[in-house]
Amino acid sequence: MDKQFQPVTGGNKSMLLKSPAAACCGPAQKIDDSIFRQDFVTGTFINEQVTFPVAATLLTRKDRWNHVKARTGSFRNNFTVVPGLYAVGNPSSNSDVFVSANYGMSFNYLREALHGMNAWILVLDTKGINVWCAAGKGTFGTAEVVNRIRLSGVEKVVKHRKIIVPQLGAPGVDAAEVQKQTGFRVMYGPVLAKDIKAYVAAGYKATGEMRIIKFGVIDRLVLTPMEINPAMKKYPQFALAVLVIFGLTPEGIIFKNAFYDGMPFLLGGLFAVLTGAFMTPMLLPFVPFRSFALKGLLTGLAVFVPLSFSMADVFQYSELTQLAFVLLFTAFTSYFAVQFTGATTFTHLSGVKKELKYALPIYIVTAVLSAFLILYDRVGGMI
Amino acid sequence: MKYLQNSTLKFFPEKCTGCGRCTEVCPHAVFEMSDKKAVMKHKDKCMECGACAKNCAFGAISVNSGVGCAAAVITGMLRGTEPVCGCDSSSGCC
Repeated sequence: MDKQFQPVTGGNKSMLLKSPAAACCGPAQKIDDSIFRQDFVTGTFINEQVTFPVAATLLTRKDRWNHVKARTGSFRNNFTVVPGLYAVGNPSSNSDVFVSANYGMSFNYLREALHGMNAWILVLDTKGINVWCAAGKGTFGTAEVVNRIRLSGVEKVVKHRKIIVPQLGAPGVDAAEVQKQTGFRVMYGPVLAKDIKAYVAAGYKATGEMRIIKFGVIDRLVLTPMEINPAMKKYPQFALAVLVIFGLTPEGIIFKNAFYDGMPFLLGGLFAVLTGAFMTPMLLPFVPFRSFALKGLLTGLAVFVPLSFSMADVFQYSELTQLAFVLLFTAFTSYFAVQFTGATTFTHLSGVKKELKYALPIYIVTAVLSAFLILYDRVGGMI
Repeated sequence: MKYLQNSTLKFFPEKCTGCGRCTEVCPHAVFEMSDKKAVMKHKDKCMECGACAKNCAFGAISVNSGVGCAAAVITGMLRGTEPVCGCDSSSGCC
């Protein structure tokens, strides 16, 4: 892979080696060198006889492609960085220490934001999860900060006693406790890595604006693939259920007509995913109600009531089946809309619990009722 | 955008020393400093992330924080447990 950027330019303490692995100091020392073998490591940096990897601050095309893969599929589960201390530029014992998670995207945004600076990055072991989610679960937490300060050697590398932790790491980190255990004062940086330079320039002060998490249309858009993906994983089971129900006759299940008769429901399932997992998130601020279940109910009705009439015309559905169509897919849409709470930046656990307490039983009853209506409509008369 | 108003955030002003940590960590500017003390200004914007309570060294804030994703809550409801996040499986976690 091309090393597009080599920030280490000289100086008696630093050296750039072609093979990072060769930085290891002697045959007697058995060092796990996986930290040096990562694509973004452009060289090594020796400080107080300890060798640190230097992280590039320009993202490559491959890095950006990795972000796309992480946003859309299971690559996110293996998008990790080796925890430890990294050098950026040509850091000294006075340089700032920025803390990050060992999720590739978290780390990449940070190193990109530090372009042109001399700094240290302390990567925690958050099991490959991003800063905010890991903080919520506590893996980006007090214990791991304390642990990584001790393991990484940062205590020897810098003279000062402060670390800059991303603000979104705060749900997991007890700043006072970290200071008590390590002597390092925790300073909370801005929400977004891209504001770090301004934060540092302002004397380590974030403006009110930098402290607030937003949830704009692009923020929502990039999250939708991972809403659609898991929903679509269940589609084959749904399709099978539709075919069985529409294939049921007094003589047994006959799939011959099931595809044609069930077509509106097979398509309806796809529309419900799009409406609940894509359209509702995109239109989120414009759909009335605070409750996501109700938001989904509205978008679901808006899509499936008109659709049911056109389907009924083409496929000669009775009113009962038409009703089942609207009920089932509105419930699906609402369900997918509620799922989006996990991705938003402003919903809370108590609210999600409250919503689901009434919504989940309704979803289950509606699904069963819809199936019953269709069955009754199709074979009820024959039995 | 605002969510339901049943956030469990509680503020005990008598314990507040005015250190300002809560205004630093809250991503929704729920707290503001006024007269060298914190004020819970926008409770309805709270998302129960727990950053303020975790970082208040004086116990002036309490909130029930936890995994807020619906999938976790549903799994918890069906199993009769607290919300369980399926992070270990291949399913994409929050």
